[in-house]
Amino acid sequence: MHFEYQIEGGNFTRAGFASSEIKKKLKQLNVDLGIVKRTVVATYEAEVNVVAHAYSGTIYVDFDEEKVVIKLVDEGPGIPDIEKAMTEGFSTASSTVREMGFGAGMGLPNMKKNADDLQVSSEVGKGTTVQITMFFQKPDNDK
Amino acid sequence: MTVEQIARILDAGIICGEERSQHDIDIAFASDLMSDVLTLKEDNVLLITGLANMQTLRTAEMSDIHCIIFARNKKISEEMKELARENDIIVLECRYSVFRTCGILYEAGISPVF
Repeated sequence: MHFEYQIEGGNFTRAGFASSEIKKKLKQLNVDLGIVKRTVVATYEAEVNVVAHAYSGTIYVDFDEEKVVIKLVDEGPGIPDIEKAMTEGFSTASSTVREMGFGAGMGLPNMKKNADDLQVSSEVGKGTTVQITMFFQKPDNDK
Repeated sequence: MTVEQIARILDAGIICGEERSQHDIDIAFASDLMSDVLTLKEDNVLLITGLANMQTLRTAEMSDIHCIIFARNKKISEEMKELARENDIIVLECRYSVFRTCGILYEAGISPVF
């Protein structure tokens, strides 16, 4: 199964819509609720990042029997130093983003904690790609 | 402790989900920072916040939080109410500060997450 969702940069009213749709689909597939929560928390953090930092983005979701792969591709300023961006507490978020309850430098670290696999690549001036992979059968006890 | 009992001791109004006022709550977390809320592993946490926007509801939805108290007399919009109803989230509005709200709930036996 394949789904795609568009994300509009700066539109905080709609932020979370795609993650909400993905949550509904995972529940319809009877995925373990602990895995559903980790998947949607990681996806929502990534979706909020696109809204907060990029001009636009697309989420590509691919389900098979074993896993779901969620790829967020944005057009935006990119991340100059990914390692630094993965450090808890590091943030370049605007005051608007902070007023929304985010921008504390916790998004990428929390994605890493929740995802079974997280890949981040970026090109400055072009955009960032975040890929979250979640396995349905993997025991939940190491997360 | 039920939502109905919580509403009574806080003199709070149940804005959404009144039909679920017998829902039981044991643990609570207070924050205006949704990034912190998203790190919670526990389910069925009561969220106490003064941050009233759509992302508060979205954060609750993703974190499997079924009840939110908006303290400091914050009022939620119609759009927020609609999102709360869609996701079966019970919403209370309370005129007390976050500190006072937490104090009353703690004294009444609601436990902290950590």
